[in-house]
This record gives sequence, structure tokens and C-alpha cells, in this order.
Amino acid sequence: MNFVVTPGWYMTLAAILFGIGALGIMVRRNALVMFMCIELMLNAVNLTFIAAGRALGNLDGQLAVFFVLVVAAAEVVVGLAIIVAIFRLRQTASVDDLTEMKG
Amino acid sequence: MVELVVFLLMGGASILGALTVIRARNPVYAAMGLLATLFSIGVLYVLNLAHFVAAVQIIVYAGAVMTLFLFVIMLIGVDKTEDLSETIPHQRRLAMALGLVGVGIAIALVARGRFSWVPVVSVLADPQATNGTVEAIAEPLFGEWVLAFEATALLLTIAAAGAIALASHRRPGAGLEQGTGVN
Repeated sequence: MNFVVTPGWYMTLAAILFGIGALGIMVRRNALVMFMCIELMLNAVNLTFIAAGRALGNLDGQLAVFFVLVVAAAEVVVGLAIIVAIFRLRQTASVDDLTEMKG
Repeated sequence: MVELVVFLLMGGASILGALTVIRARNPVYAAMGLLATLFSIGVLYVLNLAHFVAAVQIIVYAGAVMTLFLFVIMLIGVDKTEDLSETIPHQRRLAMALGLVGVGIAIALVARGRFSWVPVVSVLADPQATNGTVEAIAEPLFGEWVLAFEATALLLTIAAAGAIALASHRRPGAGLEQGTGVN
């Protein structure tokens, strides 16, 4: 009984996490929770990068994760500012109530 | 053996946290679930020798980003529990089916295809090559990838300026007395 955790295991876990995040995007209506699901999917991809970098034997995967982290931080700042601005205008954070562009 | 135990513990914790994110009625619980997931993914980074990235994950994600999320949740109102009832017919069932198909395809690719470049044994001949210490990360970051590094610095500056522009709101009658710099 000697199980070795291969990078494939990490990628499988990342696929499951990504699927849960995608499901949350499709099911939830609260803009904040949808945003958290986006973070979940970004983290799943980061885990894939780390596992792939280890499998390939170089540091490029970890560098990619570093850049994804920076971009995600910038995205969170702008996205939350937009959510707060919409809330100030409409008193709601539900994406179902934003129907101005409906024909 | 240690890696297997830690992987199972942290993998289970991350999946439980992710399920909490999409199931919780109260956004604060969703944020706590996301925090659990981010933390366990950080531990999995350490298992993969990505020490520096794990530290950044804890500091930036579990620290700064989650604080920002909780701050906005408090600002918008924690007492409003979301109505989880579905308005579009069959939406939930279709989303579940689509998600399961996607995850199934991904797992099948990993398990059957093996991506051909994934070695069967996770322990590489030279573990030192993927040991993500600060020095090892910094050398390519400030050498080969320095242009990308500068671009992300610019992006962060623009994002901060954009957030200020979005968040600042003047009352219509307030005029421009403040901030013009002209006395």
C-alpha cells in the first residue's frame, strides 16, 4: 500500500473545484456570491498551474500563478467597486433586478 | 504517505468550502467557505513545493481579498438573506447536468489521457528544480518576465485609480469647491 499523489490528483481536485465554481455562477443571483465563485474558479486554475509546473519540472507554473494572483486582486478591487456603485443606485445586489437593457 | 493524508484532508476541506460558497444563504457564510477553500489550496501549494506562492496566497487572498469581500458584504447588508428559489424553469437541473459533464470530461482527460507529460511518479529526479523559494521565483521574475511584472504594476495602479473613480460620488449640488486646488 504505497499511494503516490501524482499531479493528476491535484488536477482532478482542481477540475472538481472549477466545476463547483461554474455551477455557482449559473445558479446564484447575488452578485457578491457570483464574484466569489469567480475567485473559486481562478484558484482551481492556479492549482492546475502549480501541479503542471511541478510535473514539467520548472518554475513557470508558479510564475503564472503569481501573475494570476495580481490580476485577480486588481479584478476584485474594480468588481467590488462596481457592485457597491450599483447597490448605491438600486439598493440591491441581485443580478435579476438589473434589467435596464431589456428590450 | 504524509502527502496523501494532507492531500485528502485539504482536498476535502476545499471541496466542503466550495460547496458552502454556492449553498449558503447568508453571504458571510459563503465568504467563510471561500476562506476555507483558499487556505486549503494554499496548503496544497506547499505540498507542491510552491512555498513563496503559498505565502502570497495566504497574505493576498485569505488576507486582503477576503477582508475586502467581508467589508463590502457588511456595507451592502448582512441581514438580507437571499431568496434561493429559482425563477427560470429547469435552470438548476440544466446547470447541474452541464457542470457534471464538464467535470467528468476534465477528470476523464486527467485519468485516461495522462496528458503524456505528466510523469507517473510525482517525485521528480531533481526536486530542487521546482522548489519555489523566494530567490528561485525572483530570478526569472525580474529577469525573463520583467516586462510582464511592470505591466501588472501598471494594471494595479489603473485598478486602484478606477476603484476610486467608481466609488467616489459627489452630490449633484456639491459643485467643485473641494479638490480643485484653486483658492
